[in-house]
Amino acid sequence: MNTINFMRLRHLSTAISLTLLLVSVVAIGMKGLNFGLDFTGGTLLEVEYETPVELEGVKSILDNAGYRDVVVQNFGSETDVLVRMSESFRDDLGSEVLNLLQANTTDNDLTLLRSEFVGASVGEELRDQGGIAMLVALFVVMAYVAFRFQWKFSVGAVMALFHDVVIIIGLFALFQWDFDLNVLAALLAVIGYSLNDTIVVSDRIRENFRMMRVGSPIEIINESLTQTLGRTLMTSLTTLLVLLALFFLGGDIIHNFALALTIGVAVGTYSSIYIAANLLLAFGISREDLLPPELEEEEDDMP
Amino acid sequence: MLNKYPLWKNLLILVVVALAFIYAAPNLYPPDAAIQVTPSRAGAEMSAATLSDVRRALDDADISYFGEEVNGSTALLRLESADVQLAAKAAIQRKLGDEFVVALNLAPTTPEWLVNLGAGPMTLGLDLSGGVHFLMEVDMDEYVAGRIANYREDLRTNLRQENIKYRRVTVEGDKVRLSFREDALRSEARTFINRTYPGEFLPQEEEVEGNFDLILMLTEQKVRDFEDYALKQNLMTLRNRVNELGVAEPLVQRQGRNRIVVQLPGVQDTAEAKKILGKAANLEFRLEADPGASRFATEEYTFRDNQNRTARLEKKVITTGDSVTNASSGFDENSFPQVNISLDSKGAARMTQVTKKAVQRRMAVLFVERKPKTTYEMVDGVEQAKTIQVVEKSIISLATIQSVLGSSFRITGLQSAEANELALLLRSGALAAPMEFVEERTVGPSLGAENIEMGSRSVMAGLALVLIAMLVFYRVFGLIANIALAVNLVLLVALMSIIGATLTLPGIAGIVLTVGMAVDANVLIFSRIREELKNGRSPQQAIHEGYDRAFLTIFDANLTTLIVAVILFAVGTGPVKGFAVTLSFGILTSMFTAIMVTRSMTNLVYGGRRVDSLSIGGKV
Repeated sequence: MNTINFMRLRHLSTAISLTLLLVSVVAIGMKGLNFGLDFTGGTLLEVEYETPVELEGVKSILDNAGYRDVVVQNFGSETDVLVRMSESFRDDLGSEVLNLLQANTTDNDLTLLRSEFVGASVGEELRDQGGIAMLVALFVVMAYVAFRFQWKFSVGAVMALFHDVVIIIGLFALFQWDFDLNVLAALLAVIGYSLNDTIVVSDRIRENFRMMRVGSPIEIINESLTQTLGRTLMTSLTTLLVLLALFFLGGDIIHNFALALTIGVAVGTYSSIYIAANLLLAFGISREDLLPPELEEEEDDMP
Repeated sequence: MLNKYPLWKNLLILVVVALAFIYAAPNLYPPDAAIQVTPSRAGAEMSAATLSDVRRALDDADISYFGEEVNGSTALLRLESADVQLAAKAAIQRKLGDEFVVALNLAPTTPEWLVNLGAGPMTLGLDLSGGVHFLMEVDMDEYVAGRIANYREDLRTNLRQENIKYRRVTVEGDKVRLSFREDALRSEARTFINRTYPGEFLPQEEEVEGNFDLILMLTEQKVRDFEDYALKQNLMTLRNRVNELGVAEPLVQRQGRNRIVVQLPGVQDTAEAKKILGKAANLEFRLEADPGASRFATEEYTFRDNQNRTARLEKKVITTGDSVTNASSGFDENSFPQVNISLDSKGAARMTQVTKKAVQRRMAVLFVERKPKTTYEMVDGVEQAKTIQVVEKSIISLATIQSVLGSSFRITGLQSAEANELALLLRSGALAAPMEFVEERTVGPSLGAENIEMGSRSVMAGLALVLIAMLVFYRVFGLIANIALAVNLVLLVALMSIIGATLTLPGIAGIVLTVGMAVDANVLIFSRIREELKNGRSPQQAIHEGYDRAFLTIFDANLTTLIVAVILFAVGTGPVKGFAVTLSFGILTSMFTAIMVTRSMTNLVYGGRRVDSLSIGGKV
């Protein structure tokens, strides 16, 4: 296979990435995240009607009854209605709302499927914990990569992860998708996945810098990316296949989880090619950076 | 280049895989719907008569059952189908009355030889089984404040006994301030306190308005000890209360520093569950009635351990179990058994006030139990069960008051076993620190079943797609990778079953994700082999080099992902934790299968002979 000149597009890719990051940051700043119940605290009720109902009607019934910050949406099907409000939970709140809705509808029986209440303090704590988890993960990864490779790689890897995470959060802000605990888990999984990708590419770049006697850094990076392209595409493909299965068949609770991961895999594949490698060039990676002081790696080979 | 694994390596792989199949096997046996019968009074046995009553109740209701098991006080009967579970429960409850708790349960059907090996199925999380989840927060500040108030009383008494003259002892927030007239008295007190309460206080000195003050602040360690105690105490109390609910497999567990998770599978009535979990006061301290007292101001109660013995008590309650902050059994100076009881400041004040005028009278401790009482009535020709909670009170101790009682006092004149039980009962009724509900989730049983259905469907679909893709792209090697992937799934399930992990919906998502990522290692190896072939190496050499060179990359990539998973586990709670567990196990098992298992199979197919070409697919 001929070497593909990936780096020919590096200025374009830089522009695209910067634009995406800018849009994301603006979206997060302007619109904010649509935090799920896990993070905001409040009460959630899932009710099932026998036949589809007008969401507007349901909302106005609840608004008129004096509940605060009522959000009504369909969940999965037209008959399944999710009600969220900042009301704190009382024992009889579920039946109260159910009776109220039942009283305002005729010939449309409804049942309470699920009720959830999360205290405001719990939500706040979770948000902090999530943020800390993300930062700790990034930091530890950076330290590990610096130790295994070299600091230029570690900065590249972490910037690539940062890029992926910000863009996913940005898209969730832009489209106001529900950001719940599962999405947070997905974000952390994306860090794992995208890192995996970046490490594989970096590994090849390091190997080629050591093995190829001739060629500029750009040529070597192009060669490395070409060699790993098959693997990168194949792994992304299999992961995307299962994510699509989750997205379409996994049910509504898992929906946004699959969505975040799907975006993450797509962006992560792109970032491990362009962001990480691009930054290596920007930092002026050279053969000297990678001449092995440690030759003991051969002993590690033990499959 | 022969590409042969030594025999021991192949055997090792075979053993691991065989073990995985054995320990994953219990998950193949769906549990039977069952009914669990337990006497509502703790410690009672399941008698043969009761068991035959249960059988008759089911026979009368025309419900077939099998495989009854008696385990101590609990009997378990399996039913033919889940549809009759509710009917069976109603029939048995009707027959046995309220002396027994009848609960729905799922009985594992793991074959005996697997049970003997210690194998069992994974437990399902609430999002899959349906039920109620509560998160309760313990108010630690309140509790520690109560402890500090107790110290004040304690310090006063002790200093007085030691003849160290103080001006006053006051509580200021989380500190106790002792004022002395002279510096010498203060240092004397300081020495005494260091000796009597080692490691409990950080003393500070201060001179205010001619007084020599000693400020005592609890050490961090002591505060943590208090919090630990309060949490453990609350856990125990909650467990006792949950047991009254008659839930088959409740979970009551500490979460973090000051929270407790309660999960009640199968329970749908949150209001009832909350009432019992949050119920107050199941102990009452009351004076024995004077012989001449009016009958209107007194009540007669039986003793808990002896139904024939009764005592007449005043209706007025001195204080309740809410005020009991600690109770422990021990021995007095003459080595007679005794029970030490501590009360909070409110309870102590009441106790002092009442006992001042009641020395040499007797005080009773009443145990209050809430029990369900079911009555049956005919509504429109159909018999309907109606359950109400009735309160039952019995005396657990009646002892003479020797002197005025304060925040801590003791009950003597007991046998050793009695003292232990009394302390236990006193503690079981009390919450050491107040709690509030901070999270509550109810999942309907139909939603749970739906989640299982969707979860397993997406695992199947995802797996099928990956298997096909691998087969198309890598031919024989793809087939090998697919077998390894299947083994990987089995290994993952086996590991999770062995450590008793709970399977949740995000956990299933973790498994699905693992399936997608597990093939990555094989993809890496196979593309390496193709490259080596292209570079003109012989097939055997290409296999060897491919595995060798890909290993470091796989190792680095997986280790970093594992780091992320571990962090996720460390900081996450509940569902995130479940996801982290499956993800980390998945990484470990996929490393094993993708490297060792596929290599072993590759060696079996191609190793040790002349090979002209490899079936590893064309170009990608």
